Amino acid sequence: MIDFELEPSTAQRVGMYHMVAEQMMRPISRECDENEHHRPDQFIQSMWSASSQADVTIGSGRAKTAQKAPRGPQARNIYTVVTTEELCWGDAGLFLSVPNSGLGGAAVMAAGTPEQKERFLKRFNEGAPKWGAMAITEPGCGSDSAAVTTTAVRDGDHWVLNGTKIFCTSGLMAAEKSEGFVVVWATVDKSAGRAGIKPFVVEHNTPGMAVTRVENKLGIRASDTAAIVLDNCRIPLDHILGSAEVKREGGFKDVMATFDATRPIVAAMAIGVGRAALDFVRDFLKQQNVELRYGVSARNLTALERDFMEMEVQLKAARLLTWRAAWMLDRGLRNNLEASMAKAKAGLAVTRITQKAVELMGPLGYSRKYLVEKWMRDAKINDIFEGTQQINMLIIARRILDYSSRELN
Amino acid sequence: MIDFELTEEQQMIRDTVGAFARDEIRPAARPADESGSIPSDLIEKILQLGLVRSAIPTEYGGDGDTRSAVTGAIVSEELGYGDMSIAAHALAPRMFVFPILEMGTSGQKERHLKPYATPSFRAASAALTEPSFDFDPTAMRARARRDGSSIVLSGRKCFVPLADQSDRILVYAAADHAAGFSGVDAYVVERSASGLTIGAREKNMGLKPLATCEIELNDCRVGTDARVGGENGINYSRLMSEMRVGLVAMAVGMARGAFEYARDYAKERRAFGVPIATKQSVAFMLADMALEVDATRLLAWEAAWQLDRAQDALESSYLARNYAADAVLRITDSAVQVLGGHGYIREHPVEMWLRNARGLAAVDALTIV
Repeated sequence: MIDFELEPSTAQRVGMYHMVAEQMMRPISRECDENEHHRPDQFIQSMWSASSQADVTIGSGRAKTAQKAPRGPQARNIYTVVTTEELCWGDAGLFLSVPNSGLGGAAVMAAGTPEQKERFLKRFNEGAPKWGAMAITEPGCGSDSAAVTTTAVRDGDHWVLNGTKIFCTSGLMAAEKSEGFVVVWATVDKSAGRAGIKPFVVEHNTPGMAVTRVENKLGIRASDTAAIVLDNCRIPLDHILGSAEVKREGGFKDVMATFDATRPIVAAMAIGVGRAALDFVRDFLKQQNVELRYGVSARNLTALERDFMEMEVQLKAARLLTWRAAWMLDRGLRNNLEASMAKAKAGLAVTRITQKAVELMGPLGYSRKYLVEKWMRDAKINDIFEGTQQINMLIIARRILDYSSRELN
Repeated sequence: MIDFELTEEQQMIRDTVGAFARDEIRPAARPADESGSIPSDLIEKILQLGLVRSAIPTEYGGDGDTRSAVTGAIVSEELGYGDMSIAAHALAPRMFVFPILEMGTSGQKERHLKPYATPSFRAASAALTEPSFDFDPTAMRARARRDGSSIVLSGRKCFVPLADQSDRILVYAAADHAAGFSGVDAYVVERSASGLTIGAREKNMGLKPLATCEIELNDCRVGTDARVGGENGINYSRLMSEMRVGLVAMAVGMARGAFEYARDYAKERRAFGVPIATKQSVAFMLADMALEVDATRLLAWEAAWQLDRAQDALESSYLARNYAADAVLRITDSAVQVLGGHGYIREHPVEMWLRNARGLAAVDALTIV
């Protein structure tokens, strides 16, 4: 039966995460944004300790939920999107910097054998903070991820990886600064196209893997974004996730399917940032005794009221689409279309919301004294990574038209 | 707990009403738009779906079903998918019946519900919108003034559905123009009331099959028992929310129809040797349309859900309505665009849907859930 109310326990968690966002993230938000490559160690350690102790899920650590589900399996994805929104309301960059298995963990969950899941993910419940990362994008391929040129060649008991990856979130922390790992997409057979692309786990500090650059970004500066070079990087044979067999199904498709689960989360990230901007403007207007007259004919609203309410309803629309996509996962329903709708809508809406917030705040919006301008910069990436706006629209179009990627591209 | 699944009953209602809309209402839409009239036997058929009598309690001759705004939204969407004008005509009596049902005194229920639980269609209506460019439902110009044992109504209303056929009209008027929502009440005005003039049938850009009129209240006298809810009056804010949810839901149905029509056309229509749906510019328009149909629906459902929980739905229904006015216009505009020159001709339904969609910004009260 149609219901938009969170379970009490989830609502309570959201409250807890709000406190984390307000008390731990916001106070260091500006400082982390100004000092891009300085690691917020205290914050990292606090988040790591909190996640090990309590039965909470942070970020996209699906691996953690596999071991310690905060609720029954029913509402796991809803739980993740609402808590993600709350933390990103705090700071999206800091959210991404939280140590967890990340997208690397998501790949292991999607394509790994049960033994691999145990072997690679156990570490995220013990010891010092660790990061998992996923490296797909290359200088020559972004949206067309089937065109990866990084190779994996079998040599005795090893795979030998060669190639260059860029835009790897938490790449530095996963590859070199913790006992984490990077899941690298490489092809075992270029002529086989998609079917030849497999995910490989490269352990931290494996010889032949090196972080060559950590990017300077427009936003989410607290999160490290790394370029990684693989130069005759040798990894054990059993580090390929799933099967090495080049066949039509599996491997690439499995990992692509993880995007159906991660897209609602990225949408939720955007929504958190959008809400931060909205809340700021709303509070500011209240202080200035500027009224927002809900119910008055739209024509008769002031420009400011009209703009604000437009921002507000766009955010609501994005959030409802995101909750629907997450709910479908919780129900075991295929949500390829709905996940793309959520991401496409949230990415675009929040880009506009945060840009509008700067505009509405005039000179104050432009100043680095307030976080509004930072939120505009943080928001923009959500329309780009984990499937651009355009790719998501393409996916939606294919689904509604019942076209294959060959028929519509 | 968050849930997007309809109950089995709602699914059945959706499927039944949806099939009816597709098979019976849709084919009648274009002829009705051209002629400006709706076959009465179609209206009678729609009535048989029980959409007016369902919520009327059994003691007044109705089915005594529990009213649900979410279910009402589902029904409105399916009927709107058929045709908004025909839907609004068939549901018009609800505009009169539902406020009395929900907020009327027992005397008013006794008097005014039974006539509409009949097996055949009996027109009734509500008058809310006023003919000024800056009309605002929170700043009603129509006045209600107490005068001894009467209430005197004055003002002008426009876009009153079926005014020329209704024997009873619910007129929204304020005792105090500046009192916003709290000053507005609803008054039962019978056709025979002195000072009531029903104007000629209006001519509008869209919603052409729907007979609407301007009405004038010139010191129109009604008894004090005409005020719905008696001394308590009505919860105008809630009624506005119920009307907005209905309007948005109905528009979503039409928008969904527009999307599907454009999608199917684009898959067939060829240009440069391929279906135009394979071109990104067209495919992306269709993708945006599909997305916005879903988004608008969810906004309406959220407001409906709040109504069902007796929560204040003012903000959510208001925001949903503003969103829909824009989104449904863009969706129907895109549908015309996808059909190109053919979309411009009064043969395919898309140009009609565009004309209907533009009305959402002007009209606050077309239906109620």
